[in-house]
Amino acid sequence: MAAVTQELGLDAARTRRVADSAFEIRMGVLEQGEAQGEGYVGQALGIADVLAAVYCDKLRHRPEDPDWDGRDRFLLSIGHYALASYAALAAAGVIPRAELQTYAADGSRLPMSGMKTYTPGMEISGGSLGHGLGQAVGMALGLRLQGRADQLVYNLLSDGELNEGSTWEAAMSAAHWNLGNLVALVDLNGLQADGRTDDILRMDAQEDRWSSFGWHVQRIDGNDLEAVLTALDVATDQAVAHGRPHVILCDTVLAKGVPILEAKDKLHFLRVAAEEWPTAKEQLTAGYEENSR
Amino acid sequence: MTTTSPVKRSAAMIASIADPGVPTTPAPFGHALADLAARDDRIVGLTADLSKYTDMHVFAAAHPDRYFEMGMAEQLMVGAAAGMAAVGLIPFATTYSVFATRRAYDFLCLDAAEPGLNVNVVAALPGLTTGYGPSHQATEDVAILRGMPDLTIFDPADAVDVEAIVPAAAALDGPTYTRLLRGQVPRILDRYDYTFEVGKAKVVRPGDDVVIVSSGLMTMRALLAAEKLSEEHGVETSVVHCATLKPFDEETVVAQLDTDRLALTAENHTVVGGLFEAVAGALVKRGVGKRVHPIGLPDAFLDAGALPTLHEKYGLSTDAVVARVLNGLRRPHSYS
Repeated sequence: MAAVTQELGLDAARTRRVADSAFEIRMGVLEQGEAQGEGYVGQALGIADVLAAVYCDKLRHRPEDPDWDGRDRFLLSIGHYALASYAALAAAGVIPRAELQTYAADGSRLPMSGMKTYTPGMEISGGSLGHGLGQAVGMALGLRLQGRADQLVYNLLSDGELNEGSTWEAAMSAAHWNLGNLVALVDLNGLQADGRTDDILRMDAQEDRWSSFGWHVQRIDGNDLEAVLTALDVATDQAVAHGRPHVILCDTVLAKGVPILEAKDKLHFLRVAAEEWPTAKEQLTAGYEENSR
Repeated sequence: MTTTSPVKRSAAMIASIADPGVPTTPAPFGHALADLAARDDRIVGLTADLSKYTDMHVFAAAHPDRYFEMGMAEQLMVGAAAGMAAVGLIPFATTYSVFATRRAYDFLCLDAAEPGLNVNVVAALPGLTTGYGPSHQATEDVAILRGMPDLTIFDPADAVDVEAIVPAAAALDGPTYTRLLRGQVPRILDRYDYTFEVGKAKVVRPGDDVVIVSSGLMTMRALLAAEKLSEEHGVETSVVHCATLKPFDEETVVAQLDTDRLALTAENHTVVGGLFEAVAGALVKRGVGKRVHPIGLPDAFLDAGALPTLHEKYGLSTDAVVARVLNGLRRPHSYS
């Protein structure tokens, strides 16, 4: 990985900057979790590095003008990861950081499941799984038809979501239409509502599945920022109007960066006692400071 | 059906709904979409492996660069159409009604309707327009969709309606669902003083004795029945056509029903959850106590067979409409 990193010019300052954003996103996730006392905090902490790399480095957008027509699209089909997206949107300057305190509250722009109609910067109304990649196919086709294939379409999915057959309809379609302007990111955290993904509907051999469908596949440690940035660089450097669509399979650790939460049993939907949140934040900060040395 | 009857050709997929003597127009949807696309480069067409059966092939031939064959994947097609609308295009997506509604509901609802995107689903074989059996007979498509917020539902009567609905649907910001009549489509509304308007019910034919509130191909049958009733029985029947089923023009319909005339509804759909219940709800809401006789399909999985046989059996034929009106006049207080 080091050689590739050097070749792509992945410098320490860039990684540092994205790491700062990842810390900010994780802290924003904890603040939202604390505001509600519960939520999909584990997934959000796990995907924070990927979102930091996307929102604070790769994504072409204008934070002050989230509807700018020239933007790349980032589709969150896993609507329950919304608190991670909100924290990322705050880190990127699209929404005010203080607004995170309103997460899932009455009248908030930040509902528990991410919706296009509620939140600046949210591209689709997710939550019913298996919807994101199909819409991404349509956007990628549409942008290419309009001569705008340089505007990339990203879709963040999860391993549990891969149970939905509609995702595989879209996977076939993206390859059929040679959507080289489409980048799928799959969070492989191994857990879904009823238990371990492997026990519920086996989703092994992910590289082979996507590769056999005609996609360009990378599999990385989704909590290794350099690996995330490098994989995204490879995908975007190879992005073309007509070519293989790209998928980055990201192995992540639920509740990454907060040991007190990583150790919990029911990580799909975390309930955290009020007195544990300060500890969680302290652990997050301590880990971040240690890695920053 | 008995085994001793002569075999009727079922022509299951390509059965015509035109009554004898009614002129037809070939593929009005495909031609209207191709014409619109020539004026508006945002128009795109998608299908789920049914271009020839939904008249989309006409558009495909005229605008191959804007035509997308999405394969037999209705959920993907509707989601992709939403994605296209989100980047500024105006998609028309075709399949059969059963697949658009039973299979792709969640995608039309969340990908298109909730964000208010201009996604136009144009679905062939609505109600009972094929003899292919329950897999293809969308007897409950309107019932499935009427509860979807912000969706506009069109039920055209003929080629005149279809040609008007295409540009109207494109001009609407939100999603639409059209119960497509395809192939050789009857053309009858141009005999009357009628203009299609989104969201409006129209009195196509006046009449002092009977009023039929109808939609879709049953408006054609109601008009033909009204002519027969006038010529053969001296009964004058008004026909109120609801080309838009949602939003429903309650005001016009209730005003037309709140008279002493014998009242019926006529729809190519199960009597559950369609036009009849929309009419009933509108009447009750306004405190109008009025018996309305529903002409529609039974709450059942229907037979396979030849379409004319089935329309006769289930009461959608012109003669069946005539009989229901005469029966209603004889026994106005009966109900079925």
